Amino acid sequence: MTRLLREVFSPALEFVRNFGAMVLFFVQLLRYTPWTFVRRFGLVVGQVYNAGALSIVIIMVCGLFVGGVLGLQAFANLERFNAEEATGILAAFALVKEIGPVITALLFAGRAGTALASEIGLMKATDQLSAMEMMAVNPMQRVLVPRFLGGVISVPLLTAVFTMVGLLGAHLVAVELLGVDVGAFWQQLQQAMDVEDVYEGIIKSIVFGVVASLLAVWEGYSAVPTAEGVGRATTRTVVATAIAVLILDFMITASLI
Amino acid sequence: MRQNLAVEIGTGLFVLLGIGALFFLTTQTTGRNDFAGTDTYTVQARFENVGSLKTRAPVAMSGVTIGRVTNIEFDGESLEAVVTLVIDRRFSQIPDDSDASILTAGLLGSQYIGLQAGGSELYLEEGSEILFTQSAIVLENLIGKFLVKSGSDE
Amino acid sequence: MGPSGTGKTTLLKLIARQLYPDRGQIIVDGVDIATLSQRELYELRKRFGMLFQNGALLTDMSVFENVAFPLREHTNLSDRLIRLVVLPKLHAVGLRGAAELMPSELSGGMARRVALARAIVMDPDILIYDEPFVGLDPISMGVIARLLRRMNDALGISSIVVSHDIKELAEVSDRSFLISDGHVVAAGTPDELRNDQSDMVRQFMHGLPDGPVAFHYDAPDYKQQLLGTHK
Repeated sequence: MTRLLREVFSPALEFVRNFGAMVLFFVQLLRYTPWTFVRRFGLVVGQVYNAGALSIVIIMVCGLFVGGVLGLQAFANLERFNAEEATGILAAFALVKEIGPVITALLFAGRAGTALASEIGLMKATDQLSAMEMMAVNPMQRVLVPRFLGGVISVPLLTAVFTMVGLLGAHLVAVELLGVDVGAFWQQLQQAMDVEDVYEGIIKSIVFGVVASLLAVWEGYSAVPTAEGVGRATTRTVVATAIAVLILDFMITASLI
Repeated sequence: MRQNLAVEIGTGLFVLLGIGALFFLTTQTTGRNDFAGTDTYTVQARFENVGSLKTRAPVAMSGVTIGRVTNIEFDGESLEAVVTLVIDRRFSQIPDDSDASILTAGLLGSQYIGLQAGGSELYLEEGSEILFTQSAIVLENLIGKFLVKSGSDE
Repeated sequence: MGPSGTGKTTLLKLIARQLYPDRGQIIVDGVDIATLSQRELYELRKRFGMLFQNGALLTDMSVFENVAFPLREHTNLSDRLIRLVVLPKLHAVGLRGAAELMPSELSGGMARRVALARAIVMDPDILIYDEPFVGLDPISMGVIARLLRRMNDALGISSIVVSHDIKELAEVSDRSFLISDGHVVAAGTPDELRNDQSDMVRQFMHGLPDGPVAFHYDAPDYKQQLLGTHK
């Protein structure tokens, strides 16, 4: 009986402990954020390049095709009601409020999050973080916070690019391919959308950026310092980010409606 | 810090692209700022019933958007809805006896205000009021009338 | 020195306060380091140089930048001055020519020599070596051992070396401590240790397979297990 209890509770306890450690780690990150941002701005810029600029191609390609598919689906269904002009509204709402922030966060986890986690995990496994500490350099300021900030800055920008390219994709499919009137497409879209709708997307992208970056840096930092441990950390980064982003997406949407 | 050139240029381009995209999304996909930068003048119109007219609905003349609804209020004394419109200053020669009606774009589309030119020599200007207005056609009322009418025909 | 798993690396980490002691005191240069604040600790660590088992070079920087790293972090020296400080250290370990290589292009011995150059670049008072000879071929081992000794004498610093390589250590050390099971079991010059008659010291110094450190891992009685009476 006690064995059964222990088998049920110890993973739960382990999860809670892990979560608590991550929250404390997050507080540490935030504590060093202002100093790092001001004094080590160059490092942050380098990480914006790693996390953001290097992800831009994948973001744009995916955005284009996701937007195109939205255009196709919206058109195919709206055509039945003779409302093809509303294709733009549908694609824009889906992109700006949901698909843009969520897919960008997932792509970021896959492209940049895994790279961050494995890089930090390897630095730990090869004693580089300890070596820094022994050289009286705080790895928090030198390694972790710049990477965290690089992600936090990159994700909202990537989301904006994804959404914009997605709209372009929807435009290409609906207007150029299926013959929706270009004026109707954009005018209806502009009339239907509020600035608040765009803000909702921006809020989501900021939250997702913080969460995805935190999880990547945390999984790398808390990885078991072996080859196997680093491998597992990268997997956990993607899984944890996907779950967290989808749950938070629901919660944010629910709280804003 | 020593960054190499490619990193700096790449980061710069990326951030500029991102900010450009944000700007695009906030300005080009929403209707709010259409007339924000341009020179406009404000007029008012009173309606018995505005139906489902919303702020930011377009004001059109001959089918071309020339302004926006910026405010809808209820006047407790006259028991009418007071609608405030801003109109682009380029269209400053609208006769002051023009009439404003609330129309619907398509069968189930959103509502907008259509202006029909009058014949007066005087023009609408800042603060003037459009006197001739026609309320929104409320679909339920219309159907009701139609049913009564078709009933009495038999 | 001491057999594997007896707490040598733990001891080093305690001295550098990478680990926090559960109880007791660690006195470095007259101060109990367990009582230091983080800022004081970092000040103290600037006087430490540490060589990690595999070198622990920062993989995203060239050899030159690795050695320059502590200078860039702690001083505002101009690039020219940094060159003036870094190149002699690289020359001392014989790798001035490899300054522009990346750590991934170095052999194990070279990486450790670069790490040594990095450890001395801030002119530390205490140098700590964690298993400097592990996994090296005899030539690299000899090079490191000789460098180690020469650094120590030329710079006038204290070196702490953790190793289980008796021969190399005997050549370079002034005083050795044999640790077993978390305790110092013998101390003295290499010669004294070699002639020590206690079982533990003899087993370790001469590499005997069986002795106080048993050949067999704890196991139930052999006969019983074979016959299946013990699960």
